[in-house]
Amino acid sequence: MAERCAVIGVGQTHHKAKRDDVSIAGLVREAAKMALEDADLTWSDIDAVVIGKAPDMFEGNMMPELYLAPALGAVGKPILRVHTAGSVGGSTALVAAHLISAGIHRRVLTVAYEKQSDSDAMWALSVPQPFAAPLLAGAGGYFAPIIRAYMRRSGAPDHIGRMVAVKDRLNALRNPYAHLHLADIDLQMVEESIMLWDPLRYLEACPSSDGAAAMVLSSEDAVSGHYPPAWVHGSAMRSEPTMFAGRDQVNPQAGRDCAADVYAQAGITDPRSQIDVAEIYVPFSWYEPMWLENLGFCELGDGWKLTESGATAFDGDIPWNTSGGVLSSNPIGASGMLRFLEVAMQVRGQAGEHQIDGARLALGQAYGGGSQFFSMWVVGSDKP
Amino acid sequence: MSPAAAGRTVRPVSIASFAQAQNVRRDDVHNEVEGLLPVIEEVFSTIGITKDDVDFICSGSTDYLIGGPFSFVMALDAVGVWPPRAESHVEMDGAWALYEAWVLLQEGKADAALVYSFGRSSLGDLGEILTLQLDPYYLAPLGPDIVSLSALQARALIDAGKASEADFAAIASRSRRDALGNPKAQVRQDVAVEVLLADDYVVSPLRRHALPPITDGAAAIVLAAGDKATRWSERPVWITGIDHRSETHSLGARDLTTSPSTASAAAMAGLGAGPVDLAEIHAPFAHQEIILKEALGLDDAVAVNPSGGALAANPLMSAGLIRIGEAANRIASGGADRAVAHATSGPCLQQNLVCVLEGA
Repeated sequence: MAERCAVIGVGQTHHKAKRDDVSIAGLVREAAKMALEDADLTWSDIDAVVIGKAPDMFEGNMMPELYLAPALGAVGKPILRVHTAGSVGGSTALVAAHLISAGIHRRVLTVAYEKQSDSDAMWALSVPQPFAAPLLAGAGGYFAPIIRAYMRRSGAPDHIGRMVAVKDRLNALRNPYAHLHLADIDLQMVEESIMLWDPLRYLEACPSSDGAAAMVLSSEDAVSGHYPPAWVHGSAMRSEPTMFAGRDQVNPQAGRDCAADVYAQAGITDPRSQIDVAEIYVPFSWYEPMWLENLGFCELGDGWKLTESGATAFDGDIPWNTSGGVLSSNPIGASGMLRFLEVAMQVRGQAGEHQIDGARLALGQAYGGGSQFFSMWVVGSDKP
Repeated sequence: MSPAAAGRTVRPVSIASFAQAQNVRRDDVHNEVEGLLPVIEEVFSTIGITKDDVDFICSGSTDYLIGGPFSFVMALDAVGVWPPRAESHVEMDGAWALYEAWVLLQEGKADAALVYSFGRSSLGDLGEILTLQLDPYYLAPLGPDIVSLSALQARALIDAGKASEADFAAIASRSRRDALGNPKAQVRQDVAVEVLLADDYVVSPLRRHALPPITDGAAAIVLAAGDKATRWSERPVWITGIDHRSETHSLGARDLTTSPSTASAAAMAGLGAGPVDLAEIHAPFAHQEIILKEALGLDDAVAVNPSGGALAANPLMSAGLIRIGEAANRIASGGADRAVAHATSGPCLQQNLVCVLEGA
C-alpha cells in the first residue's frame, strides 16, 4: 500500500543566461545543498538520488549521472537518470516520489538541471533526422502554428499572449531566483519586440537559462526541515504518440487524461475553486489560455477570457505562475521541476514576495516534446 | 532498498514475458522504431496480451547512439500509445527502466508494465561516443576511449594476481560456445582458448576476443503483479529482490579490481539468502566477469552467462535488460530455480544493478 510522500526541502540556483562561475557539478550542488539545508539534513541522510535533464547533447556530456554521482553524494547509493523531454523535471520528481510512496526509501534527493550556455538549445533541438519532419528553428517554430490554430478555434484576440508575457514577468520581479527581471515590462514593450515565429514575439518566448532545481522528498516518519512539509496528494504522467493523425495538438488528450487522473487522486472536482495556486509550463505566452482549457479551469474556448479578466494574475482568484514561470527562467531540464518546486513552496508558506496568502492546495504541471508528454502533481499543506 | 526501509514487504512481481531482436553487427535496413516493432509485438503475443493489458510503460535508451535529441520520442510510436498512457523513460540501460517500472508496481500504481530498450551501436564510433560519458572538464578532453580504460582495469587485475590473459580467453571461448545455443546471439563459435590467445592485442592486455562485439539490438520485458502474474505464466518467475548502486566517477579513486557497488546491490537484493543455479552477468569485457563473479560471491558451481553474455552480443542500452530476460527464461523453462541477473553502466563498471529471480 502506498506511503505518504512529503516535500521537506527545496532549492534552486539563481537562473541566468550564463552561469560560467560554476561547473555542471557546481550548478547541481548549489541547488541540492540548498534543498538539504532547507530540510535540515546532510548528504549522508539521503538514501537515493533521482536526476533529470533534457537531451545530453545540450552540454555534450553523455549520461551525466555517471560524472555527477560523487557531486550529488550518490557514491554507494542508487542514482537514476530520467529523461522525458521538456516534462522531465516534473517526471524526475515523480520518480523520486514513487520511491517514497512505494516504501523503498525514506529520503530521496531529486535534482534537475540544464546548462544551456554550453550549447545552443534551439539548434540542438533541430538536428535533422532521417524520415522525420524537420523541427526547423527550435520549439517556437513547432508551436507557433498550433497557437495559430488555438486563436482561430477560440476567437482569441491578439493581445492575450502579450498579457501573459507581461503578467509572468511582473511575477518574476517578486522572485529573486528568476532569470529575467524586466522592471519596465508592459504591453507596449512586448508588442515592440521582434517577431520570431508569428504570432510569437521575442518577449512572448522563454529565455535560455543555466539553472538547477532540487527537492528532498521523505516518508511520513522522516519529515524534517525548517518549514512544514508539502504533502503529495496526487501524481500522474501521460504520453501520446508523436505521429498520429488523431492527435489534437491544441488540446491534447494526454494532458486532459493526466489532469483527470491527478484530480481524482487529490479529490479535485472543480479545479478553479479548489486549487489555490498553479505553476503551469508556459514556455510561449499563448500556452496559458490553452492549458487553462486543457486542465479544466474553464470551458473549451474560454481560456483567453480568464487570462484577459486577470483571474490568473498574482491578485486574481487562480494565480498562475507566481514564480514568473518558464517565461522568466528556462533551464529546460529543470523547468518542469521548478513548477513542481514552486507549488511546494507555496503550500509550505516559504515563497516570500511571491507567496499567495493562504495557499493550501496547488497544482504543478510540466509538458514536453510536441506537447505529447505530461507530468503533474498536486501538493497540499494538509496530509492527504 | 535502503536499510531503513528493508523491513518493507516486497510485492511479488514477475517477469511475464521477454523478447529480443536478432543481435547483429549492423542493421542497415531498419530504423529504431522498425527494429523495436517486432520485439514489442512478440513480447505481448507470447503471452497472448496486448498493449491494453499493461498500465505503465518505461523505456531505456541514449540519444548519443542515434546522434540526435529525443530518440525515445519516436521509439514510443512502436508501442502506439493511444489512448494516452502513463509512460516514462530513463537515459540508461533498460534494466534501470525495469527498476523504475518495478517501483510503480511496488507502490500499487500499476499491475503490469511494458519495459523496453533499444540502440544501434553501429551508427557511430563507439570509442569516441562513450568517451563523452566521462567528466567533461578533466577527463573527456584527454580522450581516453572505453577500450583503453577497460584495458587499464584488466591490467590492474593481472597485476593484483587475480587473473591472467588466458583466463580472459577462457571466458571468451566459453561465452562464444554457449552462444551456439542462443539463436539470437551475434558471436557464436566453438573456438579453443589457444586460438583466441593468438589474436593481436587491441589494447594490451586485451585481445579482440576480450572485447564485446558492436551490436544493434532491442529488447522488451512485461512485468506483472497479482492475478496477471499467475494468469500470464504457467511458472511465474518472481523478482525477489532488485537494487542498484553507483561508485565514484573518478577512476583514480577506485580499486578497479573490485566492484563494491555490485556487492552492496547484491546484499540489498537479498542474493545471499540462498544459492543460485545461474548468473547472467553484464560484463562487456571478459575480465569484468571475474570482478563481478567475486562481487556477487558466486562459486564455480554457478553457470555464468549460459546465453553467451555480452561477449556474444552487446546491444548498448539493452544488454543489461537482456541479462534479466535470459535468466528469467531459464527459470520459466524449468532449467533453474533461482538466478541472479546483473546490469552495468559507465566506465569500468561504475554503476551496477542486481536482480534476484526465483521460480514459483
